[in-house]
Amino acid sequence: MRSAGNIVFLFSRFLVVVMLLTTYSLNAQEQRFPRPEFESGYQQPTVVTPEPRAQMMEYFDVAVLVGFLILASWLMIKRRSRRGMMWLVVSAVAYFGFFRNGCICPIGSVQNVTLSFFDPTYAVSIVILLFFILPLIVTLFYGRTFCGGVCPLGALQDLVIVKPMSLPKWLNKTLGLIPYIFLSLAVLYAATGTDFIICRYDPFIGIFRMDGMFIMIALGISFLLLGMFIGRPYCRFLCPYGVLLSWMSRFSSKHVTITPSKCIQCKLCVKSCPFDAIDYPTKEKEVVKSGLGPKRFIIYAALIPLWIALGVYIGAKSHVFLSKGHKDVYLAELMISNPEVKDDPDNIDVQTFLKSGKTMDTLVSEAEVIRGKFYTGSMIAGGFLGLVVGMTLLNTVVFRKQEDYVPHKGNCYSCGRCMDYCPVDK
Amino acid sequence: MDKNKSTNRREFIQSGARLSLALALGGIGGLSLSKITGDDYVWQIDPFECTQCGRCATECVMSPSAVKCIHAYDLCGYCDLCGGYFKPDANQLSTAGENQLCPTAAIERKFIEEPYFEYHIIEDLCIGCAKCVAGCTSFGNGSLHLQIIHSICLNCNECSIARVCPSDAIKRVKASDAYKVKGGFSKSEES
Repeated sequence: MRSAGNIVFLFSRFLVVVMLLTTYSLNAQEQRFPRPEFESGYQQPTVVTPEPRAQMMEYFDVAVLVGFLILASWLMIKRRSRRGMMWLVVSAVAYFGFFRNGCICPIGSVQNVTLSFFDPTYAVSIVILLFFILPLIVTLFYGRTFCGGVCPLGALQDLVIVKPMSLPKWLNKTLGLIPYIFLSLAVLYAATGTDFIICRYDPFIGIFRMDGMFIMIALGISFLLLGMFIGRPYCRFLCPYGVLLSWMSRFSSKHVTITPSKCIQCKLCVKSCPFDAIDYPTKEKEVVKSGLGPKRFIIYAALIPLWIALGVYIGAKSHVFLSKGHKDVYLAELMISNPEVKDDPDNIDVQTFLKSGKTMDTLVSEAEVIRGKFYTGSMIAGGFLGLVVGMTLLNTVVFRKQEDYVPHKGNCYSCGRCMDYCPVDK
Repeated sequence: MDKNKSTNRREFIQSGARLSLALALGGIGGLSLSKITGDDYVWQIDPFECTQCGRCATECVMSPSAVKCIHAYDLCGYCDLCGGYFKPDANQLSTAGENQLCPTAAIERKFIEEPYFEYHIIEDLCIGCAKCVAGCTSFGNGSLHLQIIHSICLNCNECSIARVCPSDAIKRVKASDAYKVKGGFSKSEES
């Protein structure tokens, strides 16, 4: 009881000041309790605000990226050294992975570039733009050497490969469509300012940081465990940036070759490739004899517009669901469908909204604008995915004359395993 | 002869596609260049918009969070009865643990002169839960507030707290302007 009286006494000292205040809002100029005049020569401490990472260091990262890209391309195209590439992989994991904590990375930069196109208030920083565009340029010349020796996510998976299995072709192709879906969603979510899903669902960043949500680290570890038997599962079946790199690499001017001179058809390289990225020589006679080639080609080509239409339809149908990823849309929907949440003191979002003074009408109209963006965006994304499905099917019946075992330029990561196994010397 | 023709055609298609991809890349690069900044972005809490919901403590990818309470001494009233330091039902105005609002005892209370006390945040102990901020904002001057400490923040491409911040108080700002500290503080004045 004594202490309670103590508080009342002390509080009365400030009570007058408190009562003078009519509003709760406070800014720097109006203080409830004025700053005292000290008599003891008290020195006010300064507020410590440690500087962010220096801009110079960001440019240093770009320099490291350029150095790694040049080195990886040189090691693969000129030097043809698998051993050198392995050292590069280890350094990439060490620098971009564990030292830089997996951030900044070209995979996520797709979203920044997209956001800068759609959000007038956001300008992409030059470092991020360079991280986005440099690997693509190098890939256009030398193939996916970025994947092979620079990307920390790829490098980490490359290091854990123990006994890779070969997957059937249809499975490879089907799972290979997931990156296109991921890329479309990532661009859609970035363009509408909803979320950066590539960064949010990066399975390895928790491992690089040695910290993070349990579920994401568990996912990362399971990807690595899976990666012991299926080479680079993230790169092959998820990576959205890999889609762009694969487009570039397909038309690269100098791609890594398995043999330095002439293929002796020993098939050793096929066994060495953990990613099923080596194409077999085509059996020209069988294809010609069956006579199915041209017929199927025409059918599949004719189906493409139908695939696109189907994609647009699915996109239009799913835009309501997809837009729920946006915070405002979600909140508006929640408050309309469950008006009783307004009385739930534990729902922080609803309570903060109610206190903010924003009206329900503004929220709803804002959410409608965002949903409108999702409507157009999902239809475009759906159409794109339809085109991808159609083209993938068409590609399965396109006949390309080929006599040797060669790397598939789109899927090859330029890791150099095959050239290590190739028995041809010069 | 026939073979030559087919390889020539293949090469022609390849170089054509290569050229168009290069042009597309150039286009994207050029378009981005029209709206580019040399300055990098960092994340910042606007202390005037923060509603002290407590998510900064739980949503940051760092554990403990890179969001810490900072004390804008300019604004502080140096009260004996500090709303940020004491629980509302404190037994006594003493540094005893049961009276403290901070769950990790990260606020240090130092006697200066009668009746004034200085409150200092021990950054290593602070978890960014904003309990003291809520106390100081409702009962005091609001000199305690949260801010992202950039020696700890990993500067994620998208801040995982910003994504769930109910009042959208966390924003991307230019790195040269990294801190917003209440009370008219600015970095130039400080140094």
